Amino acid sequence: MIKDFEYFAPKTLKEALTLLDKYQDDAKVIAGGQSLLILMRQGLVAPKYLIDIKGISELNYIKSDAKEGLKIGALTTHRTVEKSPMMKNGFSVLAEIEHHVASIQTRNWGTIGGELCHGDPAEDPAPVFITLNATLKMASLKGERTMAVEDFTLDYFETALKTGELLTEIQVPVVPPHTGTAYTKFTVIENDLPTVGAAVSITLGAGNGICQDVRVALSAAAPIPMRAKQAEAVLKGKKITDALLKEAGEAASAEAEPISDIYASEEYRREIIKVLVRRVGKEALARAKKA
Amino acid sequence: MKKELKFKVNGQPYELYVKPKTLLVEVLRDQLALTGTKRGCNSSSCGACTVILNGMAVRSCSVLALQANGGEVLTVEGLAKGTELSTLQKAFLDYGAFQCGFCTPGMLMASTALLAENPKPTKEQIKEGIDGNICRCTGYNSIIRAVTAVVKGEYKEAK
Repeated sequence: MIKDFEYFAPKTLKEALTLLDKYQDDAKVIAGGQSLLILMRQGLVAPKYLIDIKGISELNYIKSDAKEGLKIGALTTHRTVEKSPMMKNGFSVLAEIEHHVASIQTRNWGTIGGELCHGDPAEDPAPVFITLNATLKMASLKGERTMAVEDFTLDYFETALKTGELLTEIQVPVVPPHTGTAYTKFTVIENDLPTVGAAVSITLGAGNGICQDVRVALSAAAPIPMRAKQAEAVLKGKKITDALLKEAGEAASAEAEPISDIYASEEYRREIIKVLVRRVGKEALARAKKA
Repeated sequence: MKKELKFKVNGQPYELYVKPKTLLVEVLRDQLALTGTKRGCNSSSCGACTVILNGMAVRSCSVLALQANGGEVLTVEGLAKGTELSTLQKAFLDYGAFQCGFCTPGMLMASTALLAENPKPTKEQIKEGIDGNICRCTGYNSIIRAVTAVVKGEYKEAK
């Protein structure tokens, strides 16, 4: 049963920040509530004050700029990202993964910012944003700050957001030429949360096919959406072959910190990480060659 | 403290007072007696509570009623025009797209939203359109056949 709470539905960012500043840690923010309401129903979260930001239209937008890249308002729904014509030129991977985030019903109401703030390591957008080198803009009454997506989640369901702060925007920089990005998750049933997921982004040097830059990130492989730097080190500066991708998969598997739960044992997760990094790396490479 | 909720359900305006913790499905079933919308898993998994809110299929067990404030809700009770069933409802009957019927309102709302967005979905897209809805009787094939029949124009829309 959900416990009673006092409810506010601010219509502007300023109003929301003022309420957050007033109620501090007694307040909890709800956007689409697709994750939060489940936790509230289980009694795991029982806020005194619930601040419903879903109706703040100024945080619901997608902007695309040739120089600055993509800017996604925190309250943009998963479904809007999935269907947006702006998901092209290296950003199409975002539409592709959103198509497999939960059900249409959940994607219609759940927001991309809400998902990131939920801080679940078993989610799809965060690892993809990490490989795309995305940053987050946060606001409080004191001002704004930005932070890389890879630094945002601190632990299970814990983020770097401070009391009184709201996530307002996700910024994805322009994807460099000859870059390919891909993500795949292993799930028990289709479109479920990942048992394990892997995102890989590869940038090839012009004309020489050498891996100039690479980013690998994993979901449900550690307490946070995790960047696999050992795996990246295996690939960076080299001509990527299948054998090298296999090695990168092994490195990612070794540096991951998966747990055992009802979906998979730790060993099984480590095995899937090996397979996924290799498979997704191969796809990212193929896309980089075509880009 | 109760809060005011003003919204439209199946075209009818309502003004009521609800506790903020009330879920949309609870208002529909318990306050408005629209029990066509089913409460299944209560944890955003089964899709039986699917309604159309502001033109989008959502799970009414996972939306606070107050989030529908100022909005428009369509439930299974709003599909028929008078005594004339919607094309999907007719097709569900003709193709035997249910046994126990518990998932039917959710299936109808999910497929109604699908066809509103994409009137000519492929079989694959029909499957995707209802993949958030669980049916434990028919094995889905008869539901897909019913939706396909509507897509093929076998049924005329009520005037």
